[in-house]
Amino acid sequence: MVADIVVFIGLWLFHLCSLLAKEQTGIDFSTFEFSCIQHSGNSLDICQYVGYLMRNNIFTELIKSRALEKDELRPLYMDFQATTPMDPRVLDAMLPYQVNYYGNPHSRTHAYGWESESAMEKARKQVADLIAADPREIVFTSGATESNNMSIKGVARFYKAKKNHVITTQTEHKCVLDSCRVLEAEGFDITYLPVKSNGLVDLQLLEETIRPETSLVSVMTVNNEIGVMQPVEEIGRICRSRNVFFHTDAAQAVGKVPINVSDWKVDLMSISGHKIYGPKGVGALYVRRRPRVRMEPLQNGGGQERGLRSGTVPTPLAVGLGAACEIAQQELEYDHRWVSLLAKRLVQKIMSEVPDVVMNGDPEQRYPGCINLSFAYVEGESLLMALKDVALSSGSACTSASLEPSYVLRAIGTDEDLAHSSIRFGIGRFSTEAEVDFTAEKCIQQVKRLREMSPLWEMVQEGIDLKSIKWSQH
Amino acid sequence: MASCSKTQVILLYKMLIKECKKLPSYNYRTYALRRVKDGFRENLHDDNPKSLDRLLNQARESLAVIKRQASIGQMYSAQRTIVEETGVHRDI
Repeated sequence: MVADIVVFIGLWLFHLCSLLAKEQTGIDFSTFEFSCIQHSGNSLDICQYVGYLMRNNIFTELIKSRALEKDELRPLYMDFQATTPMDPRVLDAMLPYQVNYYGNPHSRTHAYGWESESAMEKARKQVADLIAADPREIVFTSGATESNNMSIKGVARFYKAKKNHVITTQTEHKCVLDSCRVLEAEGFDITYLPVKSNGLVDLQLLEETIRPETSLVSVMTVNNEIGVMQPVEEIGRICRSRNVFFHTDAAQAVGKVPINVSDWKVDLMSISGHKIYGPKGVGALYVRRRPRVRMEPLQNGGGQERGLRSGTVPTPLAVGLGAACEIAQQELEYDHRWVSLLAKRLVQKIMSEVPDVVMNGDPEQRYPGCINLSFAYVEGESLLMALKDVALSSGSACTSASLEPSYVLRAIGTDEDLAHSSIRFGIGRFSTEAEVDFTAEKCIQQVKRLREMSPLWEMVQEGIDLKSIKWSQH
Repeated sequence: MASCSKTQVILLYKMLIKECKKLPSYNYRTYALRRVKDGFRENLHDDNPKSLDRLLNQARESLAVIKRQASIGQMYSAQRTIVEETGVHRDI
C-alpha cells in the first residue's frame, strides 16, 4: 500500500518534470514514461530508470542540444573542416544510381551490373586524375578513417617480421593515433614525433628517427584543427631515400591544394568524400603500385578492390566521390582564390578590432580555409555559446565530447589558458562575404562583452602580469 | 555559327541567372550566381569556336542541373539562414 503511494507520487513528480523539460527542450517525455511503466511493473524499476537518467546527465544533455523550431533562422555554417555540404552537381550525379541504376557493380552477368561497374570505374578514374595517379591504384573505402586504419595496420602487420617501427606525429587525426596505439599493444615500436611551435614537423628530427626497422611514416598533409600544411615533398624525398613507406592523411587537402603523388613520392594517401563536397560514408585510399606497397587487408571477403577491401562498392557513393573530385579539380584555383580572400577578410577584421588574439599554426605554410584563433582572457566554450548564430567549433569534432583542450594545440605548445579559448573558423566554397562579415562582427562584439566581465582582463588592463601572480590554494 | 552567336550566349546567361535565383538554399544560390557570372566573365574574350562550343554545352548542362536541384531543394526545404534576413540582427 505504502509502496503504491510512493510510486504514485514519484510518477506524478516525474510527469511534472517531463512537462517542464518539454517546455525547455521541446522534446515530449510522455512516451518515455509510458514505455517505462509498460516495461517495468514495480517502483524499483522506475527508480532505477530515474537514477540512470540522473547518473548519465541525460536531462542536461538534452537541454543543450535541440532541433531548430520551424520558424527559427538557421545559423551560418562556418565549420567546413568538420564536414561540407554536398555540391548540387554531386547530388545530381548520384541520384540516378539511387533510383534506377541500382545494380551491384560486381555482378558480371547482366546489364544492371555492367552499367554500375562502368560508373564505378569512371568514378575511380575521376579520383585518380585529381591526385595524378593511376585508376588501378585507387581503392574505395568507407571514409578516411577506414583508409587510415587500413594503411597503418595493414602495412605495419605485413612487414612485421623484419620491420616493427612506425613513425607518426603528435598532431595526427585520432584514427591514426588510435591505430598506432593498437599496434603498440601488438608489440610494435611507435615514435610520436613532436612538432615545432608553428605546427610543422622537424625534418632533421624525422631523418634521425628513421631506423633500419622503420616500415612506415605517417604525416597528415593539412591539419584539420590548425590548418598547417606539412612539407610533404621533403618528407617524401627523405622516406624514399631511406626505403620507408610514406602514408599521408590528405582528407583536408584533396581538392583544395594541388596534389601529385609522384612528385610528392607518397606511397599511401587517404581521401575523404565528405570533406570535398561529396557524400558522407565514402572515401578512397591510394596505394602505390610501382614500387608495390604490400599490405594485409583489414576487411576480408570476396576479394573486391584488389583483395584489399572486400565488400560491395556502394556505386552511388563512389559516383558521388568521383563527381566531387572532378568538380574539385576544375574549381581548384577558383575556390582557392575565393577562400583565401574570405579568410584574409575575416582575420584582418577580427585582429584589427580585438587585441590579444593569437592565430595558431604557421601563418605561411597553411591552407587558408582553416583558421584557429585563440582569444586571450575569454573562455572558448562561453564564446561558442555566445556565437550561437554561427556554427563554429573549438577544436575537431572527434574530440569535442571531452572537456580537455585539443591535443593538437597542446602539441604545438600553446598555454593551457589559450588552448581553452581557441575557436576554429572554417571557410569553404559556399561561404559568402556576408557570412564572414556577420561572423567577424559577432565575434568582436561577444569577445569584447566577455572580456568586460572577466576579472583577468581587468587585471591585465591595470598592467598586472598574470604570470607573476601567486594564486592561493583553498 | 548559330550556336556561338552573341544573342544565344546572352540568352543562355539570362536563363542561367533566372534558374539560379530559384535555388532555395542561401549558400547554393549565392555560389551558383557568383560562379555563373564569373564563368561567363572569364571567357568573355574567347574567340576559338571549338572551346566556345564546349563551354556553351557545359553551360546548358549546368542549366539542367540547376533546374533539377532547384526543384529538389524546394521539395526538401529548410528554414532560412540568419544572413538572409537583412537588417534583422539578433542579440544574444
